[in-house]
Amino acid sequence: MNIEIPKKFRPIMNNAHQVALSVFRPISRKYDRAEHEYPKELDMLASVLDGFNEGDPESSAGASQTGKGRITNDGSVKNGANMSTCLGALELSYGDVGFLLAMPRQGLGNAAIAAVANDEQLERFKGKWAAMAITEPGCGSDSAAIRTTAIKDGDHYVLNGEKIYVTSGQRADCVVVWATLDPALGRAAIKSFVVEWGTPGMELARLEHKLGIRASDTAAINFTDCRVPAENLLGNPEIDVAKGFAGVMETFDNTRPLVACFALGCAKASLDRIRELLKQHTTLDYNRPVDNVSAVEAEIYKMEADWEATYWLAMKAAWMADNKKSNSLEASISKAKAGRVGNYITLRCVELAGSIGYGEDELLEKWARDSKILDIFEGTQQIQQLIIARRLLGLSSRELK
Amino acid sequence: MAKDAVGYALSSLNKLASSEVLDKIGLRRFIERMAYTLTKTGFRVITTTARTFKASKKLDKPERLTAPGHTTDLFDLNITEEQQMIRDSVQAFARDMLRPAGEKADMARQTSDETLAAALELGLNFFAVPEALGGAAGERSTVTGMLVAEDLAHGDMGQAVAILAPMGVANAITAWGTADQQSRYLPAFTEDKPPKAAIAIAEPSLLFDPLQLATTARKEGDQWLLNGKKSLVPLAAEAELFLVAAQTDDGPAVFIVEGGSEGLSCGDDPSMGIRAAACRPLILDNVKVSAANKLGNGDFDYRAFVDMGTLAWCALAIGTCQAVMDYVIPYCNERKAFGEPISYRQAVAFIIADMAIEIDAMRMLTYRAVCRAEQGKSFQREAYLARTLVKDKAMKIGTDGVQLLGGHGFTHEYPVERWYRDLRVVGVAFGGLHL
Repeated sequence: MNIEIPKKFRPIMNNAHQVALSVFRPISRKYDRAEHEYPKELDMLASVLDGFNEGDPESSAGASQTGKGRITNDGSVKNGANMSTCLGALELSYGDVGFLLAMPRQGLGNAAIAAVANDEQLERFKGKWAAMAITEPGCGSDSAAIRTTAIKDGDHYVLNGEKIYVTSGQRADCVVVWATLDPALGRAAIKSFVVEWGTPGMELARLEHKLGIRASDTAAINFTDCRVPAENLLGNPEIDVAKGFAGVMETFDNTRPLVACFALGCAKASLDRIRELLKQHTTLDYNRPVDNVSAVEAEIYKMEADWEATYWLAMKAAWMADNKKSNSLEASISKAKAGRVGNYITLRCVELAGSIGYGEDELLEKWARDSKILDIFEGTQQIQQLIIARRLLGLSSRELK
Repeated sequence: MAKDAVGYALSSLNKLASSEVLDKIGLRRFIERMAYTLTKTGFRVITTTARTFKASKKLDKPERLTAPGHTTDLFDLNITEEQQMIRDSVQAFARDMLRPAGEKADMARQTSDETLAAALELGLNFFAVPEALGGAAGERSTVTGMLVAEDLAHGDMGQAVAILAPMGVANAITAWGTADQQSRYLPAFTEDKPPKAAIAIAEPSLLFDPLQLATTARKEGDQWLLNGKKSLVPLAAEAELFLVAAQTDDGPAVFIVEGGSEGLSCGDDPSMGIRAAACRPLILDNVKVSAANKLGNGDFDYRAFVDMGTLAWCALAIGTCQAVMDYVIPYCNERKAFGEPISYRQAVAFIIADMAIEIDAMRMLTYRAVCRAEQGKSFQREAYLARTLVKDKAMKIGTDGVQLLGGHGFTHEYPVERWYRDLRVVGVAFGGLHL
């Protein structure tokens, strides 16, 4: 047993950390205020990241690399792309979660394509920026309740429905849309389709005004008799009731630890800043028992302990994915813990800094707004708890609703 | 503050103590027992001396274990085949011996000789003693020790402490002892009947800090004179060997004190939990310790010595919390209310989900600190964070365990109330153990 980050990941962590401090932080407040304005500074950075992804996936921080990497199953221990992606994302989130989410060609749609596309599709969608569209006005966490339909018509599928909360939905080149082939057949009939902007019947309804991550646009998109080529369906076109939803959900086993790392990066920013601000008022030497120190010192210790535990939970889930161990439970555990800890820490740090923390001269208040979404998307706190509880108790979704 | 109505009432109650009325109505004994508990009168027992520790073989220099050779630079949560084999046998022992005996040992405030004898057959002592002194330890096996503690506590924490306390002393002498101390005290731990032993750090003072000791050690010629009172010392009345932490002019130090030493006695202060560990206060009244028995020399690190105990407590807490979760899962699936199992309710199920989340969180933080210790890296910060997290989350799980069983959980019919009492110790204990 060894619980350390291997040396080989230091370069990518350092690169991402430099980006966070030198590229993201200086423009963080600017795009928080200028919601919906495109952060053009990201274009150059995205090209650099593409270079990383092309040349050396193991050193890449891009979401498009989760779930793959150069892993051969020879029985030896692997520290691969899942772990390096998590570490890179954490460092970038330390700069600004909004920018990380807005990074061209690093969307969740790209992660989905990377995970389930066939070779022909991989080639065809190479270099495209793909957003992900799951949520609908009447369905959030309950993705089986998707009402957007995809009806086969010759060599096309015809999509009809309304999608909301599509991250970078307008800026991306295409959108991976979840739709059902037959609403009567439940989860098994849900498939994902790559729909490119410019396809007739695909229309931007609006961009949301949000609590946080304002640099990242959130779109609502309508599909009206939108004809999508049949070869844009990702994965198996058959409705396999036995396998059901599993294929679609597999993506989450890789992305949940990643989102946990977004929360960790954001919380680390707050934690480091509050320590810096309170330097003259605290002694943090890990010496006197935590019940014997000042209230503010105890609070910082407790937040650090929670943060560090969460960090290693995320590493555990990523490590399991790298080593082809089933990690659904651990992925949910890391996401649940990170969502609540990240939100708690960022909010508490604002409070500990008083009116200074509450004001816009500091980024603490921004991080406290950004962190909220991380306990919501990719499965809310409560959804993670449901997944964990059902698994432990051996209960179905009918029994434990 | 002036005496108020309550104060006057108490004063008259006090007068009652001398009243003959009490004797007449038969209340005397009851009230006297209360007074006994409150004043903790000087009930003392002498400590145990059962053998003479002497070196059969002299070492030229202390034996120090090396970092294990099997770890690499990679993050790796796998355990070795040997560790898995040890876990299998320890888990079986915890399941078959410790768990069934838990309630009785708790009531008796004693781990039975039968249990201790069976524990010896696991051969764990040999991993605490270097090969050169008859043991089996070549490399440090801190992680193995942690896993053993976790697995034992899954059976029962109190008995686990009774089993682990002597090994803690052996581990500490292996880690820090001089050549003379090692050759004198370690071989006994590989004998058929190894000594009972314990580490004494905690003191009965408020806001206790292991680096600010009230127990003193004063140098007199070639001897040290120890004075003070220790608390929560496992096996205190039976132990033949103690490692006692005391304040010197140069800061805290640790002394090897043999049971039966003049001036060494133990009191009686039954505690909330881990009662099977037979913890008692240890009283040092001008106890003379030879200068050669001050633990270690140049390379002794008191902070690490304390932290190695703290991490053992964290591991125990994790095992007990896992026991709580493993117990409430089938219980909540079987217990019906309003026509269906209570586990069908999110209010119940989410508590269990939170248990799983925090147990895993405690594990990662504790495992991380222990891995660093095993590899000889600094681990003060990691141990500090582990304790900070574990003491809160473990207690939460303990109290939730009782809550989920409702009224049943409050009775001795079910083990969750014992786990509740046991888990409180993690925020209280310093020393007693050493991984």
